[in-house]
Amino acid sequence: MEIVSKVILPLLIVIIIFYGVKKKINVYDVFLEGAKDGLITTFNIFPAIIAMIFAINIFLDSNVLGFVIKHLNNLVGGINIPLEIIPMALLRPISGTASLAIMNDIFKVFGPDSYIGRLASILQGCTDTTVYVIALYFGSIKITKIKHALWGGLFADLVGIIMAIVLTNLFF
Amino acid sequence: MVNYIWAFLIFIGIFYSFITGNISSLNESILTNASEALDLIFNLLPVIVLWTGILKIAEVSGLLNKFAKLLMPILHKLFPDVPKDNEALGYISSNIAANMLGLGSAATPAGLKAMNELQKINPKKDTATPAMITFLILNTAGVTLIPTTILALRVAYKSVSPSEIILPAIIATFCSSVAGLTLDYFIRKRGKKWK
Repeated sequence: MEIVSKVILPLLIVIIIFYGVKKKINVYDVFLEGAKDGLITTFNIFPAIIAMIFAINIFLDSNVLGFVIKHLNNLVGGINIPLEIIPMALLRPISGTASLAIMNDIFKVFGPDSYIGRLASILQGCTDTTVYVIALYFGSIKITKIKHALWGGLFADLVGIIMAIVLTNLFF
Repeated sequence: MVNYIWAFLIFIGIFYSFITGNISSLNESILTNASEALDLIFNLLPVIVLWTGILKIAEVSGLLNKFAKLLMPILHKLFPDVPKDNEALGYISSNIAANMLGLGSAATPAGLKAMNELQKINPKKDTATPAMITFLILNTAGVTLIPTTILALRVAYKSVSPSEIILPAIIATFCSSVAGLTLDYFIRKRGKKWK
């Protein structure tokens, strides 16, 4: 199974470049053009990254989460999910940058190859910023009655979160 | 909404630090935060730049379009209310194709154009049509083949095997998409019965 994960990226690159050469595209020049766009995009998200890292770190460093989890554990009795993953799962549908900041923190503390590191990676990869996308897309055409779009999207996210936990246990 | 959450995280963090007396670590956290954000950007930058370069080739050579066309037969099934020659379907397929390859910046304009086209065939302009809802559920389930930012961060934190998460992430995203679409399908069916 692991080999499939490792093959996807190089395979995709070969297909893309091969098709470009076949269509007589100046692949090198086009690559540089696209890379420049990527550079601009990344710098455009820099203010958002600073804002979110700032807020998330103050929140995480205060250890208020430990306080909440302790009381949650007393209520529901030993939940077997690492604690940092909960705010990440909650924030993921609202802000991709916020959940990215938490994932960054998880990698820093536990490492990307830890159980929670892998879980965070899969979680970040398998869901999207549902609330943000719905607000943006419906807002752009001035639709106010969105029916079941929001909770349908959130339901899909919930299934994604559960699958992420199941698959992390299954694969690693 | 992001505004409130952002403010909430900061208020709660500072407030709790005050009651537990962790003021010195709070100060340290505030002052070191910004440089951590810079580290994060520099960690993300190389892989994102590399991947947008590669994907530009896919875009210019027409491979992305070809890939989008492959999705068309599935889209006809998913959007029975949209006429087969409607431009919206073209935009929807490029949106999904771009999302799958991790080309978020190209996905959003196509997605907005799709919504615009769907609005043109909408009889009630303030109410979402079934097609719009299906599209958004599909879109927000986030089908991604190459999660660029995650790979970049895994590399930066010295993962032994950065790409090992690709396959499980694809399976998880596939399951969440199918779950979302199934729910949408049953809600639509029930809605029709009531009429």
